[in-house]
Amino acid sequence: MSRMVSTVLAAASMLALAACSGKPAADAALSATAAPAPLPATVDFGPPQGAPVHAVLTSPPNVPPPIHRNYPAKVIVELEVIEKEMPISEGVTYTYWTFGGTVPGSFIRVRQGDTVEFHLKNNPGNKMPHNIDLHGVTGPGGGAASSFTAPGHESQFTFKALNQGVYVYHCATAPVGMHIANGMYGLILVEPPEGMPKVDHEYYVMQGDFYTTGKYREKGHQPFDMDKAIDEKPTYVLFNGHEGALTGDKALTARVGETVRLFVGNGGPNLVSSFHVIGEIFDTVRQEGGTVEQHNVQTTLIPSGGAAMVEFRTQVPGSYVLVDHSIFRAFNKGAMAILKVSGPEDKSIYSGKEVDSVYLGDRAGPNLHAVSTAAKANAAGTLSKDDQVAAGRQLFTGTCSVCHQANGEGLPGVFPPLAKSSLIAQLIKEDRNRLIGIPVHGLTGKVTVNGTEYDSVMPPMTQLTDDEVANLLTYVLNSWGNPGGQVTKDEVAKVRAQPAPAAATEH
Amino acid sequence: MRRRPVLLLLGLLLAGPALAADRAPSGYRPLPGGRFASVVPADDKAAPAVLRPFRLRAEPVTNAEFLAFVRRHPEWRRDRAPSVFADARYLSQWAAPDRLGPTARPRQPVTQVSWFAAQAYCESEHARLPTWYEWEYAAAADGTRADARGDPAWRERVLSWYSRPSSDALPPVGGAPDVHGVRDLNGLVWEWVEDFNAMMTSADSREQDGADKLRFCGAGAITMEQKENYATLMRIAMLSSLKATDTTANLGFRCARPD
Repeated sequence: MSRMVSTVLAAASMLALAACSGKPAADAALSATAAPAPLPATVDFGPPQGAPVHAVLTSPPNVPPPIHRNYPAKVIVELEVIEKEMPISEGVTYTYWTFGGTVPGSFIRVRQGDTVEFHLKNNPGNKMPHNIDLHGVTGPGGGAASSFTAPGHESQFTFKALNQGVYVYHCATAPVGMHIANGMYGLILVEPPEGMPKVDHEYYVMQGDFYTTGKYREKGHQPFDMDKAIDEKPTYVLFNGHEGALTGDKALTARVGETVRLFVGNGGPNLVSSFHVIGEIFDTVRQEGGTVEQHNVQTTLIPSGGAAMVEFRTQVPGSYVLVDHSIFRAFNKGAMAILKVSGPEDKSIYSGKEVDSVYLGDRAGPNLHAVSTAAKANAAGTLSKDDQVAAGRQLFTGTCSVCHQANGEGLPGVFPPLAKSSLIAQLIKEDRNRLIGIPVHGLTGKVTVNGTEYDSVMPPMTQLTDDEVANLLTYVLNSWGNPGGQVTKDEVAKVRAQPAPAAATEH
Repeated sequence: MRRRPVLLLLGLLLAGPALAADRAPSGYRPLPGGRFASVVPADDKAAPAVLRPFRLRAEPVTNAEFLAFVRRHPEWRRDRAPSVFADARYLSQWAAPDRLGPTARPRQPVTQVSWFAAQAYCESEHARLPTWYEWEYAAAADGTRADARGDPAWRERVLSWYSRPSSDALPPVGGAPDVHGVRDLNGLVWEWVEDFNAMMTSADSREQDGADKLRFCGAGAITMEQKENYATLMRIAMLSSLKATDTTANLGFRCARPD
């Protein structure tokens, strides 16, 4: 027995030596019977063969096609850094720093053993110097030390993709956190030599947290907020860099019975993601992008600067919501995306009664065009009541209908009705400011509506801007038999400026 | 550091004609100097920088001023400057080697200039580029204080420039003067400093890994105790990415002279 143990130990130490010296594990003279499972690690497939290959780069949510190559090649990757202003939410713009013009940056796909000649170009119009640290690189700084590039210049370095897996890349120029927070991250997939199992769809989704000086959905151009970033209090938590990047007509799609593989990265800079798809169970997860497969997973943790591969077969048609299940990030900071599955129902698996209206919120439907139309009209001074009602209807779906229900009826005894509401009718005549104050400051304590007493807590809807509150109230006033009327942004601003009233008294 | 001998040689080549031909410099403001807490400690730990009194150009050099210089010193035209002194984009925003054209307005700060070209210009004003410490010390001021860096408003002003994309045309020089009467140090362009390529390497050879650390851990590796340093460190990161021949669309300069 002791002899056996020592054999194993000897084998193990030889294996370790082989790994350290960088020699293929197969070269080590191991006793096959006594050896532990071989380390899956670093294997050198030798020098590149054939003509150099130019890597296909894709913008999110697309993934380059599988490689289908059975030898290591020299692969040339050309990636350009572009600083540009783009919308981060409806009516809100932000100055992004990007790899390839998108957030996340272009998806790179190579084969294990490939020799990658990397060209990093910094657009001449950019202000900042940039570099790239690829977590799939073995070497100091992951390439960062060799790729520090001034605007209008290009750096080149070469690495061998020794380990398979899906890896984050990011900019590592000072201040690193700010470069990442502005969107400088993406994924590089190093396929195993035999390729990945075939699936029907591959998609590229990457989470990131954003820090703006204005609050969530505050209109206009929003600069980066260093204090919020250091405090790790993001304004937005987003998939693919923009609120609505993967919803409405930009949702991911699949058909019933198809297999879907998601490459899910997390650029951070700060938050760890609890990645979950509402209504799906991941058949297979390669957690942290590694080689061990986990099965039947509900929620997988994706660290900042990490990635995972998740796979599942779709069974039931409908909209599936991708969220960070640290759930306030989903409903209050934007961390939502949609996978639309089309095809025939299978009532034996799922009866078909939808709960989407509660979960999906406003991001399930088309993007909030009416809201931005109203915001523009407001800025131009041409805002009409119809604009306000249209914008308010869309906002209501996301913000209010969860409790007050889409038809305004509320839930008896729990959430007061807004339809034909005696309280609304009374306040619009006698105390407009108190009506406006309900969404702005919240409402706690006893109220009587249509003869029924409610004693509950409505939190202040602080994520809503003044014009959004005005539009919501105007919509409610003009719906479901309420008395009509209009609330202006200025009225809301005045109410917001006043301190919140003490808990409501009985009516 | 290795470029020092080259600089000296260049100085010898250019100083003669430049000094002989040019007008007396104007528009320089006196700064008192003294001890200054730089984000780059003088001893790599905490020692303040010590600055002699000096004079700093009130405004960055403009396109019109640099055009006049190029006309007096045609060896610095973009079609004649040797590529070892300026890269291929040198003055490329101008319509012609001796004409500004519609894309370069006279009062805009000149950009797309190499360190060599900037230094040659300053010599033509009997001046030199400011050192990093001089530049950083001057840029710490606002309208009422010599060192406003503790004020969040100062930091916000610096950072807000970083957060704007540079797709719009550069504004003209002539921002509000600070307490020294100097304008546009923050919020207009990056500016060359004389010792841009020496500031990132430690004088102590035992810290030879310093440069690498700065490159991939970020300049934040040196001193990040104060948040306000962030704004300044981004400028250091920018400067340390450059070679003396480089030119960029947002990089200009101004000159300094001893008092």
